[in-house]
Amino acid sequence: MKEVALAVEMKEIVKVYPNGVVANRGVDFSVEEGEIHALVGENGAGKTTLMKILFGMEQPTSGQIKIFGKDVRIHSPHDAITLGIGMVHQHFMLVPSLTVAENVILGIEPRRGWSIDREKARKMVEEASEKFGLPIPPDEVVRDLPVGIKQRVEIVKALIRGAKILILDEPTAVLTPQETEELFESLRNLTEKGVTIIFISHKLKEVKAISHRLTILRDGRHMGTFVTDEITEEEISKRMVGREVELVIERPEPKPGEVVLRVEELGYVRDDGVRMLNGVSFSLRSGEILGVAGVEGNGQRELVEILTGLRSGATGSVKLHGEEILGLDAYGIRRRSVSHIPEDRVEFGVALKAPIWENVVSDRYWKPPFGGKIRIFPKVMKAFTAKAIEEFSIKADNPDTPVMMLSGGNMQKVVVAREFTSNAKLLIADQPTRGIDVGSTEFVRKKLIEARDSGLAILLVSADLQEILQLSDRIVVMYKGEIVGYFPQNRGLTEEELGYYMLGVKRHEPSRLKEAIVA
Amino acid sequence: MRRFSAYEWVRTAVTIGIALALGYLVLVFTVDDPNGAFKWFLWGPLSRMRRIVELIDYTIPLIFAGLAVSIVFQAEIFNIGAEGQLFMGAVGATFAALYFPQIPVIHVILVAAFAMLVGGAWASIPAYMKAKWNASELVSSLMMNYVAFFLGLYFINYHMRDLKAGYLVSYKFPETAWLPRILKRYNLHAGVFIAVGFVFLVWFFLYRTRFGYEIRMMGFNKNFAMFSGIKVNNVVLYAQIVSGMVAGLAGAVELMGLYKRFVWQVSPGYGFDGIIVALLARNNPLLVLPAAFLVGYFRTGAYVMSRMTGIAPEIVTTLQAVIILLITAEAFLEFWKRRKIIREAMKAEGGDVQ
Repeated sequence: MKEVALAVEMKEIVKVYPNGVVANRGVDFSVEEGEIHALVGENGAGKTTLMKILFGMEQPTSGQIKIFGKDVRIHSPHDAITLGIGMVHQHFMLVPSLTVAENVILGIEPRRGWSIDREKARKMVEEASEKFGLPIPPDEVVRDLPVGIKQRVEIVKALIRGAKILILDEPTAVLTPQETEELFESLRNLTEKGVTIIFISHKLKEVKAISHRLTILRDGRHMGTFVTDEITEEEISKRMVGREVELVIERPEPKPGEVVLRVEELGYVRDDGVRMLNGVSFSLRSGEILGVAGVEGNGQRELVEILTGLRSGATGSVKLHGEEILGLDAYGIRRRSVSHIPEDRVEFGVALKAPIWENVVSDRYWKPPFGGKIRIFPKVMKAFTAKAIEEFSIKADNPDTPVMMLSGGNMQKVVVAREFTSNAKLLIADQPTRGIDVGSTEFVRKKLIEARDSGLAILLVSADLQEILQLSDRIVVMYKGEIVGYFPQNRGLTEEELGYYMLGVKRHEPSRLKEAIVA
Repeated sequence: MRRFSAYEWVRTAVTIGIALALGYLVLVFTVDDPNGAFKWFLWGPLSRMRRIVELIDYTIPLIFAGLAVSIVFQAEIFNIGAEGQLFMGAVGATFAALYFPQIPVIHVILVAAFAMLVGGAWASIPAYMKAKWNASELVSSLMMNYVAFFLGLYFINYHMRDLKAGYLVSYKFPETAWLPRILKRYNLHAGVFIAVGFVFLVWFFLYRTRFGYEIRMMGFNKNFAMFSGIKVNNVVLYAQIVSGMVAGLAGAVELMGLYKRFVWQVSPGYGFDGIIVALLARNNPLLVLPAAFLVGYFRTGAYVMSRMTGIAPEIVTTLQAVIILLITAEAFLEFWKRRKIIREAMKAEGGDVQ
């Protein structure tokens, strides 16, 4: 075997989080110099944890790390950077109000006397940008840049600090297919300049397209390292999930009923004066799923929060069964039979320290049989939860288990169990399968279809195009707070085509967009 | 209900141990016979029947105060105005005792009810400012304690003062506003039953009513509560008002049971001790009972020691400070918990990692 220098060598890494979750169970992971190495695995398989350990953000419970052949202990990201490791996170770590150049040189500013040498800074950034083949506009304010460029800024930021090993955490999650292509081009360029790249992903097509070798994690364990060309997608996915995944979800023809939700000319201006929603109009009937596609941050969050009463100050009209509900708070909207699966389950969806049963009844503790005018009935609540745990196959000992002790997927199932058992007329599902394992994802999607078929009206907001295409009966695409595309059915529609609308390259005629309101 | 885990027990026990050790150390450095003094402190409260009664009497207001603080703390509202609410409750009780119709039994109930009303009203001021303008209840409730103190003394000293008493107290309550004694020879009053009853009442309120559920969910995660359709601004209001009512009752019970008139010229400090009780009890009403007893025991021990040896009873403040510091220091003994978690997690792994 040919001797290749190893950039990273991690041995027997074990990580137990303070809440008892075991994220890594003795993982071996090594990366050769100058390769693009994909780290694949389901959400919750321990990929991000392993990389956080490498970048010094988490301390391993046990195990050794070698960087370029030298034993190291990495206590902080600062240590990691000194060792030549850079990381681009899923959520960008940029200051939105500063320019590109200012962001890149933050903390390593060239000085002239007491002040920053702006000319030099600008030149540094331009040189780096040129050297690595990553064009970025040094004087633009970061806030106004498209996601793809922001990501490039992050990469340059890492490289200018001397990164020889670059970790990219799910870099394509927020990109359109077109932007993804450009990113890959840049990454290939970088390896030619001697940069080693670790690419975290669970999208197999991308992994096949970009990586030289790949390592598979499942449930915190190492499931093998392979040369990418010598392993098929099927083989990878089998090792990732441990069984054949049923990627096709049975979706019978929808039988839409009467209009449940009618949104007209919805507008919203954020506190800082940025217009987040503009003239958003659509309607939703019972027994159908309307998908809202779009790159994150194009007004979807605001839309959902306004519809569910968590955000006030919008203009326009939102009618639920003909009743104007714009301006009601969450209390009022919940009591009008609207369910909501929130985008951020830890922030909104659950009370971590509370037991499962208290989480499952949080929207109905006040009504029979769970509670009366004054009392609540924990026995009834627990019995109901025990049934829900079974029906939604939540992995938990009993209803008294604190939600904190559950995995992400099971936490989401607690949320789903609540929102699907509330006898709602309308369900607003915001990224319902984000960050959960394949098994749970499949489960949640099947439940969504099931609920649709029993007459629920579902608004599905998702950045996952596969999910949108798989589940939606009709699709609208949001771009910069507006609906720019409307597809009355998803047959023959591809992710690429949707991508053009998400990027604002293509746009439907106003007359076609009006069709999103069906009578 | 949140389980009081082995970890919490150990943490509490170690905390109390350290506090006692520190108290002892202070004695070693300050008095000639630290062992003798410490013995009085440790066993004094149990050395005479009279002192046991004193201990129980002292525990009663601490139970109420601990319950009051637990209610707001469960909602993650840091209203530390129990002191002022209790004081105002006592002033209200004095007014009701002196001027309300003197019908046996009914009078006691009216006095208690009026004290709760005043305590609740007093608590509603920072509560309203929090709900309406998001004013920090920590600051406003603390400030309100001073207002309560001086306003209360004004009412007592200028309108209800007994000039014949020779010192600054209110008129003596009519007998219809006395709580009955339950021991002939000792001053043990029926307030102890009311206090224990309220332990269960507050427990029921927090764990068996929708209001308690709302309070607790808001305490766990305010966004979650809002998202679930709980009107959090209402919860902010009534959690503090109910808490203020319990604190107000403490003032009434204390006066009707123990002193039979308004006697305080300095704020009695029960409200602040209630914070320690709630911390020790982890805001669980059922655990408020032993926690109040423990804090009461320290206090009584310090008084007995002071009477027997002349050492200032304020030494107990040192102990309490240590307890507050260690209980609220989240990281204290965290390593113990973490090691246990790792061991547990690894055990569950079935030994495929060492």
